[in-house]
Amino acid sequence: NNHQCLTAHALPDKVKIVEVGPRDGLQNEKTVVPTEAKINLINMLSESGVPVIEATSFVSPKWVPQMADQVEVMKGISKKPGVSYPVLTPNLKGFEAALKAGASEVAIFGAASELFSKKNINCSVEESLQRFEEVMKAAKGAAVPVRGYVSCVVGCPYEGQVAPEKVAHVAKRLYSMGCYEISLGDTIGVGTPGSMTKMLEAVCKELPVSALAVHCHDTYGQALANILIALQMGISVVDSSVAGLGGQGISWSLVSDGPCYLHLPCVSVLSPQGVDLPKLMDAGAFICRTLNRKTSSKVAQATCKL
Amino acid sequence: MGNVPTTVKHCLSYKQIVEDYPWLRSWLQEEKDIVPTRVKIQLIDMLSTTGLSVIEATSFVSSKWVPQMADHTDVLQGIQRVPHVRYPVLTPNMQGFQDAVAAGATEVAVFGSASETFSRKNINCSIAESMLRFEEVISAAKDRQIPVRGYVSCALGCPHEGHIEPTKVAEISKALYDMGCYEISLGDTIGVGTPSSMFKMLQKVMKDVPLSALAVHCHDTYGQALPNILTALQMGVSVVDSAVAGLGGCPYAQGSSGNVSTEDVLYMLHGMGIETGVNLDRLLEAGDFICNALGRRTNSKVAQARSGTL
Repeated sequence: NNHQCLTAHALPDKVKIVEVGPRDGLQNEKTVVPTEAKINLINMLSESGVPVIEATSFVSPKWVPQMADQVEVMKGISKKPGVSYPVLTPNLKGFEAALKAGASEVAIFGAASELFSKKNINCSVEESLQRFEEVMKAAKGAAVPVRGYVSCVVGCPYEGQVAPEKVAHVAKRLYSMGCYEISLGDTIGVGTPGSMTKMLEAVCKELPVSALAVHCHDTYGQALANILIALQMGISVVDSSVAGLGGQGISWSLVSDGPCYLHLPCVSVLSPQGVDLPKLMDAGAFICRTLNRKTSSKVAQATCKL
Repeated sequence: MGNVPTTVKHCLSYKQIVEDYPWLRSWLQEEKDIVPTRVKIQLIDMLSTTGLSVIEATSFVSSKWVPQMADHTDVLQGIQRVPHVRYPVLTPNMQGFQDAVAAGATEVAVFGSASETFSRKNINCSIAESMLRFEEVISAAKDRQIPVRGYVSCALGCPHEGHIEPTKVAEISKALYDMGCYEISLGDTIGVGTPSSMFKMLQKVMKDVPLSALAVHCHDTYGQALPNILTALQMGVSVVDSAVAGLGGCPYAQGSSGNVSTEDVLYMLHGMGIETGVNLDRLLEAGDFICNALGRRTNSKVAQARSGTL
């Protein structure tokens, strides 16, 4: 009986939101945000109750000028107890700089597509994984948890379709290396509940579902539907970006991530454990004013006339 | 491992055809400027070539209340009706029904509400009074063998009353169905629904109205339309209302979007392997046309992504 298969009980009780706006979002905005504003944004987000806030990236400023103030940001934010502030560390050098700046959690970025890896970070997937082994080793030594990202999980701007088995392979490698969690990214937002299901089925064969997260882009408006599928399959960690930061017409080929981001799915599927929606929306309003752009969040746009 | 949503698989294996009702009437109704008749006709004609099987063309409401639909007769008579495509029109009362029939309508729709306050504020009468009006229309329609579709607004929330009990939605849906409506479209009028409220509401309604006679009409005011539609699909609903380019704001949430874009819905359905018979490229063309004609930006993310104008 088809309508017995889905029940509301199939959804996780708790969902962890990983707020990527300050790093992933701002990295993909045209306007470069002053350090003070970044710090203020992160502090406001800390107050909103999101448990994880990706603060900055220790990639060379040569590649990502928007994150050149990585050290000041890390040192300037008020770290709230109970909140994690992971930072991106593409290599050992970045890792060491991150640690020095006070980072206590880091993240590494793999790709499920060979071409994307080559074009984006100038090396094959295997080579990138080897670089990460170095970071993992150092992180273990310093007892620093590492989160792994896999990009292009349901489509690649160069290769088109991506085999679910490839995604599972890369995810498994990162997990076996020691990443405590793997965030599966629909980098160009082409995924649908159809492709998400197939990909997650393949990954769930190799990894415990509790170690998985989804990072869906809303380029084709599919993000929330895709997130719902992931939740139904037992995933309970969702990446998203306040105000849907990260998509202002920047061509995806210039930056590591795709154009459009998920606006935080509030009022919705998730019972927002501890996330104060008005405070979150305040943070969104603040950063939009700073960037002089409109929010991409429909929830933020909907101001009831009545 | 993992909770595979077998209902999605069910959709895939049974290849459900989903009919989209581009909600032309509702969004054109909410556009501030009056759209020229010939533009409406051209839009409908373009939509008729996309593979859509139902296109809600216009509304025979008094032009005193809805001036944007004053040209209802001209529109209905001006369009090129394509075989196998239906062109229902709204008929809130006998007068409207008679005008619609005179203009050549072959399918009509009536609009009930699950909220007493919304009914009074929107159509100036109680739910019970509106049902009496609809009974007249449905009876007259039966005589002429004209099918009638029933809408239930505020199915997941009311701008005045807030929460709406699923049992109330079921009651109104059943009443319309028993009166003779062949299909009931459940509308999330202010877009406040979420997958869990959609689930709870459908669970109740399904007890009183056969699944095959149900449709969902989700608004995207809070960005929840696609997950809500997905939930409905997983529960076996196979008829989805949507609007090309997602135009037509929500009159209750200033500055907000209202209708869900047909393009975005199609992208999801096709990605899930569900047959719709609709050609997305042709639909995108129709969306382009109307947006240019209105001087408006599309609300469809798929259209934006395809045109590279994110």
